Formats: sequence, structure tokens, C-alpha cells
Amino acid sequence: MRGVLCLGRILDRLTSWWFWISALLIGTLLVLFFIMLGDQSGASISKFSWKFLFTSTWDPVHQIFGALPFLYGTAMTSLFAIVFGGVIGIASALFLVYFTRGRLRVILGTFIELLAAIPSVVYGLWGLFVLSPWLQNYGEPFLARVLGFLPLFHGMPVGVGYLAAGIILSVMIIPTVTSITRDILLAVPQDLHEGGLALGATEYEVIRNISLPYARAGIIGGLMLGLGRAFGETIAVTMVIGNRPEISASLFAPGYTMASVIANEFTEATSHLYISSLYEVGLVLLVVTILFFGVARLLIWRVSHVQKGRMV
Amino acid sequence: MLALTATLAGCGTSNGVVTSNSSASQANTTGSSVNSLTGAGSTFDYPFFNKAFYVYGSAHNLQVNYQSIGSGGGIQQFTAQTVNFGASDVPMNSTEISKAQAAGGPVIQIPITLGGEAIAYNLPTVKQQLKFTPSVLADIYLGKITKWNDPKITALNPGANLPSIPIVVVHRSDGSGTTYIFTDYLSTVSPEWNQKVGKGKSVNWPVGIGGKGNEAVAGNVHNTVGAIGYVELAYALQTKMAYGLVKNAAGNFVAPSPDTVKAAAATKPTVSATNFSIVNAPGGNSYPISGYSWVLLYQHQKNKAIGSALVKLFDWMETTGQQQAASVDYVPLPTNVQQTALNDLKQIQ
Repeated sequence: MRGVLCLGRILDRLTSWWFWISALLIGTLLVLFFIMLGDQSGASISKFSWKFLFTSTWDPVHQIFGALPFLYGTAMTSLFAIVFGGVIGIASALFLVYFTRGRLRVILGTFIELLAAIPSVVYGLWGLFVLSPWLQNYGEPFLARVLGFLPLFHGMPVGVGYLAAGIILSVMIIPTVTSITRDILLAVPQDLHEGGLALGATEYEVIRNISLPYARAGIIGGLMLGLGRAFGETIAVTMVIGNRPEISASLFAPGYTMASVIANEFTEATSHLYISSLYEVGLVLLVVTILFFGVARLLIWRVSHVQKGRMV
Repeated sequence: MLALTATLAGCGTSNGVVTSNSSASQANTTGSSVNSLTGAGSTFDYPFFNKAFYVYGSAHNLQVNYQSIGSGGGIQQFTAQTVNFGASDVPMNSTEISKAQAAGGPVIQIPITLGGEAIAYNLPTVKQQLKFTPSVLADIYLGKITKWNDPKITALNPGANLPSIPIVVVHRSDGSGTTYIFTDYLSTVSPEWNQKVGKGKSVNWPVGIGGKGNEAVAGNVHNTVGAIGYVELAYALQTKMAYGLVKNAAGNFVAPSPDTVKAAAATKPTVSATNFSIVNAPGGNSYPISGYSWVLLYQHQKNKAIGSALVKLFDWMETTGQQQAASVDYVPLPTNVQQTALNDLKQIQ
């Protein structure tokens, strides 16, 4: 009996060590990434300092590097994706949870999750050969006709550009947003839902006033995971964004993202400063991603805090 | 034990060389059969290497693992000596060479294949093959000619019925030897380009949209009426895109083809790693937008068996192997250039 107890305790101890080591390992990896990127970016940081973030010339021949257009492109396309893909993703989750039952819900849910399993290069090729010609011939001329008074829809329709990249990213993050939102909504206690209905609220009122507020923190979390994917997505965006380091108000214009420029130029970059600048773009991407996740955590924390306060 | 030490020695002198089975390890002492070599570099070379290495490998019981990670990566891995040879679309420059020299001794760079670049366009209403002069091409890529019915283009192509639509300039977005050759050409023919943009594997393009790889450039040109872009000759021939004639240094309008690219290369038999540009070559039949791709080797091979296997492989690649290049629409090297490369290979010990 004593031996068994002792063994149990040793196992306990070992398991907790193992958990500790795993957690430390992940933290260490992140720190190491920072150190490596910071170290490799040294030449670029000391040469350009803050100008790197606020200038927009990217000229490998004359060794002048400024990353502003890439920052702008990443922000613009990700924002587009989170608005466009977020709205559709949440709506489709609401549909799955409140307007379908049983087998249909499972089948539709599986379809949406399968979207997440498509490799991004396939999205990219689809974007290049199907989406962008369609945008060029129909989508963009239509938008220019209807919404042409906005600067967002000015310029020549070329097909590839911010719009195409934003749409591709939207499609890519929908499965993440939908499946997380669906799971969160399913976790809303049935009592609350039925209570609302019993008080005479319509289905829409229950969704708006009870389910969505209850699930808010989780939905924001889902959106942030989607945003994380949009930030880092490389190949699909590279295929359709036009790869032009230029800041333009128009969604039709070609642009560039941080991940794309690394993917495009890293393999053939030879000079030290050039490689260093590409590393710095990677460092900036990592910092921006971490900042966003920090803000998201804060948002989730505040939302759930307020919620708890209200419920007490 | 002998086998073990031999294997270890193999690992020590040249990482990435797999001498896994006992026959190979023993062979290191007799110096006759290495059964695996590794290389890394240029993506441009990959289809040719893939075919040629397979053909050579099945006949000589040698497996050549080539990773097409890009020329920059190839140079890096070659310098770090994690591969037996590197491949690059542009020879290593003096800084790169001194780095590699410090690591592994003198470097030998030999031309391995030739590439030409077609000027592809998408103008469904134009039936004849368009003609371009160097200055018109430079002005299009500088953003100074913006419409297809610009007088400078119509004057060259009377009766071509050129439409009044904007020119959509397409270029490679990924760093590539293709871009190097194209911008080398524009820098040679246009002082303004040379001063404003210059030449490189990636440049700061004045206008246009970027596509990743030949397939995306071709895709963008194919999708967009009014687009123009440069693509590798093999790619243009295989995808049957419309492409133009370019005026060469002798004043003739020449279509890109294996023959005209080879003609350009043959005008410069003394090609070397420091003097390698063949753009805008003289000669009536020379196509002006062409260039070499290179293989990088260390002169002093630490493992003699691997050294002799490399020399044998590239002796074959420079001669018989060139037929394999032709079979996948690459341009075989002219004989005078093959001879120079073979002489260089003799220096490897």
C-alpha cells in the first residue's frame, strides 16, 4: 500500500515537472525567436533605426529599405478579412446553432471546417486564376460603378490587389471564426435561452440580448485567432496581392504584406543589409502579432469582467 | 570499425553527403563509388537538373539530391559546406567568394545552362507578332509609355491595330535570376534605367504588379488584356503565350528561341564568373535578353571520392547532359563555352 502511494506521488511529481518543462519550452522558444530575429536585424536596425518603419522605399539595388508599405498592406488586408470574414463567420455560426438541427448542423459544420483543411497554396492559385480575373472583369467594375464615389473603389481594375487578398483571407478565416463561435454559442446555458423565450422575447431578441453578450469573450477570441491567421498568411496572399510596395487608398491597387515580402525575396537576398532588413520585417511582424494578441487578451478580460460584474 | 570511421570521416569533411551503406563507406578508401551527392540553389535550373541528374544517376548508380531553394540559399549552403555543390543564376560576387574561400578554399564557377526571356503580352485584337526596341521596352518598364497605341509602339508596328488601352506592366516579385537578366538588359540599353533602377534579382520597380514565379507572371499576363511581362523562354514556349520580337545590337528584330539565345552566347566564348553578361550581344541572329546559370564547386575537395564523382558528373553535364537541357526547352551551351567549363573542371582536385 505504501509502495503504491509512493509511486503515485513520484508520478505526480514527474507529471508536474513535465508540464513545467513543456510550458517553459514554449516560452523559451518565443524568447529565442526574439533574440534570433533581433540579432539578425542588427545591421538594418542600426542603419535605418525608426525610419525603417516610416519610410516606403524598398530598393534592394541601392540598399535602401523601408517597411511602411508592408505594414500598411498587412494591416489593410487583415482588417478587411476580419470585418468581412468575421461578419460572415459569426452569421454562419448563428445559423448553425439556432436555425439548424441534428444531422444538417453536423454536415454543414463539417463543410465549413473542411475549408480550413484546404492548403493555402490552393487558395492562392484559385485566387490567381479564378477570383482575380472575375474581380477584374465583373467585381471591380461593378463596385466602381456603384460605390465609385469612395476613394476605396478608384482606379483601374487589375484583379490582383488589396481586394483580392482581403477576400482570400476572409474565406480562409471563416472556418476558424465559425467553428469557435459555434462552440461558444452551444455552450450558452439552455436555461438562459429558454428563460428569454419564456419571458416573451423573440428568437432574434434572445440572440441579440442574451446569447451574443454571453458569448462575447469567446467570439472575440475566435476573431483574434482568425486575425492571427490573416497576419501570417503568406503564399495565398502573395499570389493575389500584386506585390507592389506602395500605399494606396484604393482597394483595387496592388499592395504588399510583410509575410509576402519575406517569402518573395528571402531566398535570393544576398547582401548582408538586405537579409537583415528582411529579418527586421519578420521581427516587426512578430511584434505586431504579439501586440494584437495582447490587446485581444485585454479586451477579453475586460468583457468577461464586466459580464461577471453585471451578473452578480 | 573501418566502415564506421570511414562514415564518420565522410560526415566530418562534407555534411549532407549520405554514405550510409557499407559499400559506399568502403569505397571512400578505394576512391571509386560515391552513391549520393547533394546540391542546392537556383530554381531556374531545377527542371533541367531534375531530368539530367535522373538520366545520369540511373546509368551511374548515383543519386543526386538537388534542393531548389533559390540561388541565395544555394550560395549560403555552399559556403556553409552543407552541400557538395551550389547553383546560382548569377555568379557569386567578390564578397561572397571571399566568404566561401575563407570557409572552404578557392571556388570554381562554371556555366551550366543558358536561359532566354520572352516578352509576353496579352492583346487579343493584335494578330501580328509585335516588335519592340530596347528604348520602347525601357520606357514601358519606366512607366513613360503607358498606352498600347503610343506613337513609339505604333511606329514600330504599322498595321498592328494597337488598342488605346493602358499597358499593365507585370514583373517577378520573388528574387530571381530571370529578373537579374532582364534588369541587366534594361540597364545596358537604357542609361536612365541604369541610373534610376539598376540591375538585381529584386529591384525597386517604377511601375507594375509583381507575380511570384513564372506561373504567376504568366497568369497575370494571361488574365489581363493589355498586360506585358517577361517570362523564361522555356515557359513561354510550353504555355504558347504571344511574345514579341526584340531589336538586337545589330539592328535586327529577333524572336527568342534556343537558336537565337545560343547565337548570343556564342559571341562571347570567354565567359567567366566575373565577366558573364551576354545581354544585348552583337551578332545578327543574337537574341538580346539572355544569360547563363552557374554551378559552384570548391577547387580542393576534402574527400577525393566525392571530388572525382562531382567532376565526372559535371563533365557529363557539360557535354552529353546538354541534350537533356534541349529536351526540356533549355538552351544547350555553345561548344566553346562547354570547353571553357571542362578546362575549369580539370582544376578540381
